[in-house]
Amino acid sequence: MNRYYWILGGFAALVALLAVGLNLNPRDVPSPLVGKPAPAFTLSQLAEPDKSLSPKDMQGKVWLFNVWASWCVSCRQEHPILVEFSKKVDVPLIGLNYKEVRGDGGFDMSKMPADEEKKLAWQRANRWLSEHGNPYKLTVMDLDGRVGIDYGVYGVPETYVIDKSGVIRMKHTGPITPEVLAKRIMPLLAELNK
Amino acid sequence: MIPELGHFALILSALVALVLGTLPLIGAHTNRLAWVALARPAATAMALLVTFSFACLTQAFVANDFSVVYVAQHSNSLLPIQYRVAGVWGGHEGSLLLWILMLTWWAFLVAMLSRQLPEAMVARVLGTLGLVGFGFLLFILFTSNPFERLLPAAAEGRDLNPLLQDPGLVIHPPLLYMGYVGFSVAFAFAIAALLSGKLDAAWARWSRPWTMAAWIFLTLGIAMGSWWAYYELGWGGWWFWDPVENASFMPWLIGTALIHSLAVTEKRGSFKNWTVLLAIAAFSLSLLGTFLVRSGVLTSVHAFATDPRRGIFILIFLVAVIGSSLALFAARAPKVGLGGRFGLVSRESLLLTNNVLLVVACATVLLGTLYPLLIDALGVGKISVGPPYFNAVFVPVMTPILFLMGIGPFARWKEASIPEIAKAVKWALVVGILVAIALPLLYGQWFAMTALGLLLAAWIVATAILNFIERVQHTRAGRGFLAAALSQPRTFVGMHLAHIGIAVFVVGVTMVGSYQDEKDIKLAPGQSVDVAGYHFTFNGVKAVEGPNYVAAQGEFDLAVDGKFVRKMNPEKRTYHSSAMPMTEAAIDAGFLRDVYVSLGEPIDRDKPEGEWAVRVYYKPFVDWIWGGCILMSLGGLIAMLDRRYRVRARAAAPVSAGTQQA
Repeated sequence: MNRYYWILGGFAALVALLAVGLNLNPRDVPSPLVGKPAPAFTLSQLAEPDKSLSPKDMQGKVWLFNVWASWCVSCRQEHPILVEFSKKVDVPLIGLNYKEVRGDGGFDMSKMPADEEKKLAWQRANRWLSEHGNPYKLTVMDLDGRVGIDYGVYGVPETYVIDKSGVIRMKHTGPITPEVLAKRIMPLLAELNK
Repeated sequence: MIPELGHFALILSALVALVLGTLPLIGAHTNRLAWVALARPAATAMALLVTFSFACLTQAFVANDFSVVYVAQHSNSLLPIQYRVAGVWGGHEGSLLLWILMLTWWAFLVAMLSRQLPEAMVARVLGTLGLVGFGFLLFILFTSNPFERLLPAAAEGRDLNPLLQDPGLVIHPPLLYMGYVGFSVAFAFAIAALLSGKLDAAWARWSRPWTMAAWIFLTLGIAMGSWWAYYELGWGGWWFWDPVENASFMPWLIGTALIHSLAVTEKRGSFKNWTVLLAIAAFSLSLLGTFLVRSGVLTSVHAFATDPRRGIFILIFLVAVIGSSLALFAARAPKVGLGGRFGLVSRESLLLTNNVLLVVACATVLLGTLYPLLIDALGVGKISVGPPYFNAVFVPVMTPILFLMGIGPFARWKEASIPEIAKAVKWALVVGILVAIALPLLYGQWFAMTALGLLLAAWIVATAILNFIERVQHTRAGRGFLAAALSQPRTFVGMHLAHIGIAVFVVGVTMVGSYQDEKDIKLAPGQSVDVAGYHFTFNGVKAVEGPNYVAAQGEFDLAVDGKFVRKMNPEKRTYHSSAMPMTEAAIDAGFLRDVYVSLGEPIDRDKPEGEWAVRVYYKPFVDWIWGGCILMSLGGLIAMLDRRYRVRARAAAPVSAGTQQA
């Protein structure tokens, strides 16, 4: 052994720190909304456009609120997991279709009348769900993204767990992986439903 | 079909890298000349295959092939062509491909430009690069394949992150990666020297231009990123001590130490161990930076979507590369010896001090970067370490470095005399003090820190000029001053130019830190605001349309002393693909100051014709920050092109070839 081996010791300590760091998630910084009541909204439903839904309609139930859009590539990744989830678990999953037409980027919004946007959004969202399966109890349509702003959506997909009294208990940004579902969402749902 | 070809070429290149990383190294060890001779063709083949693969991905972007997941996630048919090309490195997978592309190009350049080097040395250098490349190619192929298909294809892509849709960001990553990855060459030279046991002046001379080239790219890459942050993010800042910025700054600090240490090793044969360790450290920090960015262990504005498998893979790679090279170093270093002796006051001792200080500076940055992780790992809480920490620890470390920078060039090798140096530099100190007293008063207010910054900057410039004149006088030998000045060695000229670049940079940082002014204000059309004597009148906002965004464009009239100067048009852009609005600041750049307007939000969302939140800045000397970086790079370039790297290297070739056969 010579004194130069101390360098290896220092490096080993650094590696240990990085290895521990890998298992932590710095983005777990609690969203300011976690622990706060879910922001109110009233939006039309996809299945029955004349009916609307508000978070207070879900009072008394633990529910999941999942932000999606047909233009969102990562949503395809999590979709089969949601479909599977909806078959197995008796927790209502509500979809928030986020900027279905505006978010797509393929349309010139300044030339599109509002009713045409609406028609197109419903058409696209319905087609997507019939193609990929519909895990949602129901989906509400956030055409202009206002509700998304209230919920602090910064990347689709995002998922919120909301408890019986209407308080957001968890927020997950990005596609749900089987791991996130098993390790974080399911235990939380079990606890909240106790 | 083309993406599959690209994928296939990538697999082939991994196999070639494996061959390059094994046979030539074994051949060099066991003296099998045929295996040694494999190094150059294998490096060339690896570069060609990766370049082909990269071209395939670029083609998928240009042709809007949304059946490739990566393209669908990072491009869009409305995206202008230059951003579609830049989109290739707009995400995780593609930027790794860019990384490996750079690595294979560096290896190719070494293969081409190393005719004078002993064959065994070339084999070891290229073999080391091959091993590094192999590890990275495996990483790409197993965890981050950019050619993965999306079936059925998406009708439209998700678009490139709007923040990245900017000319500055088109060239920032390639420059930065050229720098990062360029240190792999210095690293490979160090490993080759440790393997062969031949750590001599010739080794240092071969490493120097390569190290310098990497350092130049890294300097420009960092400066470009900083400049982009300044004009694009709309906060008027130029450096945020973000973990990813730090990840690029740490190799820069160590790289700077390495350049100076290599000079000593070449000229005096000293510091050999130290130089090798710095070469290993510079590349290791580049890899660490990659880990920090890719694994998502730290939050940063640069973070990409993360995947734990990736983090584990890079960590294993990190352990393999850094661990094995440090073990090799620890095993071989005691036999290397310390080289030439030198006095307590000598150019060697001054350069050693410079090295130690730069390493300390790097350690403070590393500590500040990893500290949040450490606290999180210990379960104590979540914190972030911000500019106050870095500013507090950085100034005390940098001040002696800047001071010594003025003295170093006057000190003789081996043994220098303090009175002699003092006599040579005393006028520079006088100039420095005068500037430090006068200039802040000219700007209205005298602060001690401002005076210190200006003192050091003026000191560096004055000593550089004095040293240059002194040297020219000594080497005139009957010629005119100008003729003698023009015939100075390029390393000498380059050194002083780079040092002056540092001084210019220091002026920029000091002045903008001390005398910038900003106003955050609500303005209705017709109203105006004054900042540092600049008068801005808000004329209102109109809607404009870009290829893939709509924007609210403000119009301001800038006037000084009641005289109209120009119109300024900051924008608030909303890209079709993103909910986040982007700020495009309007900047009136000048030699001595920038003035800067950025548009916030309309006070009432439904009334864009009404009041807006507006930010106006006055930024004295801010462009000197990047000007200084350009001077540093230019100085590096001049030094790199010094004649003796070619002439002497050629003269050395037959000798080393002779020892090779013996």
